[in-house]
Parts: sequence; structure tokens; C-alpha cells
Amino acid sequence: MAEYTIKVRRFQPESGEGPYWEEFGVDLEPSLSVLDALLQAKDRDDGSLAVRCSCRAAICGSCGMKINGQSGLACKTMIGEASEFANRENGGGEPIVIEPMGNMPVIKDLVTDMESTHWTKIRRVTPWLLPEGDPPEREYIVPPESMIDITQSMACIQCGACVSSCLSMEADPDFIGPAALAKAYRFVGDPRDAETKERLHDLSQDPHGIYDCTHCFSCIDACPKGVAPMDQIMRLRRAADEEDIEDQNHGRNHMEAFTKIIEEKGTLDEALLLQESFAPGIKGKLIPKHGAVQELLQSIPTAVRGVKSGKMRSIPKLIPGVHPKLPGDAQSHVKRIYAHTEEHQVELNLYIRGEEADADESVPQAEAVPEGDIQPEPDEKGDH
Amino acid sequence: MKVAYWPGCVSRGFTAELHGSMGLVAERLGIELVELDRANCCGAGVIAEHNQELADTLNARTFALAQQTGLPMMNICSTCQGAQSECQQRLRDSEYRAHVNETLAEEGLAYDPEGFSNKNFLWMLVEDYGLDKLVEQVKHPLSGLRVGPFYGCYILRPKHRLGYEDHPERDLYLDRLIEALGGEVVQYDGARKCCGFPIITMAREVSLRQAGTHVGDALDAGADCLVTPCPLCHLNLDMQQPEAAKVVNRDLGLAVLHLPQLVGLALGLSPKELGMKRHIASTKWVEERLEQPVAA
Repeated sequence: MAEYTIKVRRFQPESGEGPYWEEFGVDLEPSLSVLDALLQAKDRDDGSLAVRCSCRAAICGSCGMKINGQSGLACKTMIGEASEFANRENGGGEPIVIEPMGNMPVIKDLVTDMESTHWTKIRRVTPWLLPEGDPPEREYIVPPESMIDITQSMACIQCGACVSSCLSMEADPDFIGPAALAKAYRFVGDPRDAETKERLHDLSQDPHGIYDCTHCFSCIDACPKGVAPMDQIMRLRRAADEEDIEDQNHGRNHMEAFTKIIEEKGTLDEALLLQESFAPGIKGKLIPKHGAVQELLQSIPTAVRGVKSGKMRSIPKLIPGVHPKLPGDAQSHVKRIYAHTEEHQVELNLYIRGEEADADESVPQAEAVPEGDIQPEPDEKGDH
Repeated sequence: MKVAYWPGCVSRGFTAELHGSMGLVAERLGIELVELDRANCCGAGVIAEHNQELADTLNARTFALAQQTGLPMMNICSTCQGAQSECQQRLRDSEYRAHVNETLAEEGLAYDPEGFSNKNFLWMLVEDYGLDKLVEQVKHPLSGLRVGPFYGCYILRPKHRLGYEDHPERDLYLDRLIEALGGEVVQYDGARKCCGFPIITMAREVSLRQAGTHVGDALDAGADCLVTPCPLCHLNLDMQQPEAAKVVNRDLGLAVLHLPQLVGLALGLSPKELGMKRHIASTKWVEERLEQPVAA
């Protein structure tokens, strides 16, 4: 047994008072969880302490909260480790700080309103299968390999930890967010779904959609199930790129321009990237998209300040396209890499394959399986 | 100490003062920089969005060029660190690596993760150079200077990809460095949050709100300046600061230093030598503060 102090952010709406902090002393084995600590405090000190929980085994996804500022599940966070983290700077005496999840309203103490943010956003992405034609007599049959890509997003238990940690949502509450977008990829990547393009169009056109993710990786660290929602958002962007889906956020233009510049120059021509993101190619300049001119104009004050301060006081930095290529034959080798890899486009999914995998033991990479090779499940063999 | 040096694109573009100050600081610290002038852009995660294999092969090329020097690789950009660590993680897979190396073979290159290391200047200073050794060379302690650390997402998350198992305190190094240089660490809400830069062309207002909020929080906490190991964060926090101020509707005006600039000031280099005149947010207050150190 060891003694710990937990410092809980409390809030009782019926009191009419604002939130406040309260400390509880608990004693339990270091290998027990933060949830165990909360339940002990509730049992011994204050039965009114509100916490939502059920399975205590990281399956139900009920006990999402912030522990020492990190979003995660209380039942999956060991009290000993949480205490070590809280005390890693001062060497002792610091309590474990426990708060309700972020980016959602607090109902009471550690219980947040999942409906107004999380579930509303989940519904926003049409989280069900939209197949074409009449349903088959029995189940849809697809090669197992074709489902591998979406197993990671299927691992989500809807705990909301990623939503709680999302730094884009903190700045833009309308952002569709990591959980819902990971769920969206679950259907975009599903071979049975017939609305892939429509889904991608919808998520690209929405200014709070896939191009509103700021790439901060918070959701990857927060997720207790390894879903890596940000990786799923990047997969959605890749799929939108492959389907040539235009968007109002210049997201695809930015990606295409960036990729093209490195092919031509090897390093980034920032002035060219800015220009091409808003008005790509000759067509984009002759017939600029709605809003593109305005947004390009918005960047002018920054450029003027850059020239004044000396930041951009050189021709290659100011005039798009003057940026030098890599020296010698280096640029031609970069171009050659482009030619090779654009042909293969291999995607390594470490969630499926496992890290530092021994090639022999790992799951084989997804390969197209001819339809005739699909073996029926054992229960399909008989006719009884 | 000698390293294979990858400065990245932005440090030679819009934040040229970073590349310049790194050169001067390295000289003072006795770190020899062997610049990888044939290496290419890390892709900043953007190329990986388009084609993962392309991003991995481009970075494997940079790693292989670094390995040819026989030296450990050092970068000065959090974003390079994050994007490259992501590729390093996938390239540990031997079958996949063999496939990538096939593409590199024509240039006579091959990447072998065995014994290869690629570290941001911040990690290198703390883990390899040593803060004790750095302290010995401090000529002008930053006493009285209240510095807000701004880490940048790409060297913080995700932890399992960035070596936090072996170095669990990497998310405290900037704080330790400020203290070692004699400065005072300002704790504020935004230190480990996102500057918003990756979406500046896609969701401008959201991006600027992030930058403006963090700069504002640091000011409210009493910071004299911010320091960051990421030139992309610098673009949003410094170059875009007047625009961010409009979005959050308040006066800002907080100097944002690149990591080597903060080290350089403590080593006795002048703000002019360190290119601080090129910043958008004035660094004058920092200079005044250092000329008249406040008694500790």
C-alpha cells in the first residue's frame, strides 16, 4: 500500500458556485488505477463525488478525464505512474491533478456532457454504411485484406479522450474533431460503402472538416486504444487527394503545391508555396477560386512587414520560383525518387503490421485477393 | 563534437536568422557542423499526406547522406524532427526498408537504422553536449529575463515515436535550458500547445487564434519573451503576430527567440549578430532587460 493525494476539480451546478479544487488522501497499491483512487475517495470521504465509470478495464470508454493535464482513461492510468509523473520535477509532495475532459461542458465534477459535442459530431459524419443496390441475401462478402486498413479506426471505444485533448477544437469548437473524423474514415475506407466520394467531398468542403486539423498529435497520445485519430484524418486527406476532390480551404492545393515544389527544387520555396496554395497554376491565376484573391491579399501585410524587417529582403525569398535547386545531380535523384514512389505508393500500417516487426511473424501486407480465392467461413459450408 | 547538420528549409528561408545564429553558436560551443547540402526537405508531414512512401524515401535519402559522414545527425527544426522521426519509425521495418533502399541504390545510398541518431539541437545540448558544459561557457547569464518556453508539437508528440521511453523528460528540456542560462522560466498555458502554423493557409483564423492566445497567455504570465526550437512556430508566433493580435483582439508585442539565439545571448553574442533585428515582434525589450539585469 502507498499513500497518494489526488486533487480533483469539482463542480456542483445545484450549488450555484463555480468550480473548485478539493484534495483527497487515498491509500492503495501503485498498480491500481486512478479510477480506483477516485472510487475510494467517493467511498470513504464524499459520496457526492461524481464520476462516470463502468467496466474498469478500458473497454467501455466511460471514465475519460484529464490526469495531470493528459487526457485518457482513469481505469487505464496506474496511480503509481500518475504520482511519479506529477512529481518528476519537484521530487515529491505534488498531488495527482484530476480534471473533467476538455472541449465539452461539465455536468458535475468529472462527468461531462458527451452529447452536445462528441455524439453530435459523430452523427455529423453519417456513421453508418451506405451500400449500393439491394442488400445481399446473406452478409456482404469482402476480402478480409480489404478491411485491414480500417481496423484501426474500428478500435475506437467512443471515450472522448481525443476530443478532450484536441487543440484545433480548443480554437474552433465547430471543428468536426478527431473521434468523428476517425469514424468517418472507418466508412470511407470500407469497400462496401458506395458514397466514398460524397463523404470525402462533404468533409473537404466543410471549413471545419479535414483541413481544420492542425497536426498537433494530441489525439494520438490521448487515445487509449491506439486509434491514432490524426493518422485517420491524414488518410482522409490522402483519399480526397486521390479522388481529386477540391476544397474551399486550399488544403489539397497546398499539399499538391508543396509536393510539386520539392520535386522541382528539393527544398521549400515558401513564396511559391503561398502563391500556389491559393491560386495554383495558370488556370488558378486567370480564374481564381472564390475567396482565393481575398486570402492572398490577407497575406500581403505580413509580406510587407517581412520585407521591412529584412526577413524577406532577397529575391529568392520574395519572388516565387527564384528559389535554387539542390546542387549537382542531387535534384535529379530527388526527381527519380518521385517517379519510383508515385508508381508504388506503398503504405505501411504499423498498427496492423506491428512495430519493429520480424518480417516472418508479422501479418502480411494487404494484397488484392482474387474473388475466387475467398474461402467461406466454416458455418457457411453446410446447408442446415 | 562534430555533427551532420540538417538545417531544414525554413531556417534558410523566412527565418534565415535561425541558420545564421546556429552557425555562430556552434562555433562558440566548439560544435563542428557538417552541413548536408545535398539533402532534401523532410516533407513536414505534408508530403506524407500525399504519398507515404515518397516521404519515407526522401527522408531515408537524407539519413543515408548523414550516415555517409559517419556522424550523428542534428536538426534545428521541431517539424523536421517530428516528420523525420515518423519516417524513422516506419523504416525500422526491415522488409519495407529494403524496398525503400532499392530506390536509393541508384544514387549509391542506403539507410541503416543501426547506430543512427537524429536529434534536434535542444536534445543534443541536453543529452550529448551537457548543460553543465554549456553553463561553463555562459558569459552573460540571462538573469532577470523571464522566458516562456514554446516547445512545438513535433518534438512533444506522439511520445512513443519521439524516444520518450528512453528520455522521459524531453518535454522539460527547454525549461532546464532556460534555467541553465540564468533565465527564469515562465509557466503559462500554451507552452506545449500548437502554434497553429500547419493550417495558416487552410483555416487562417483558427490558426491565428491559436498563436494569439498563446502569446497573450505568456504576456499575462509576465514573460519578457518566448523561445522556440521550431522555425514554423516562429513564423506563426512572430511573423504573424500582428495578424494574430487582430484575431484575438488585443495588443501583443512579445519577442519570440529561436533557441540558438537565446543560447547565443548567454554566450555573449550581440542581438545584431544573432539576427534579432529581422524579427517582426520587436526584441528591444529583451535587449534592455539584459543590459540592466534585475537582481535575482
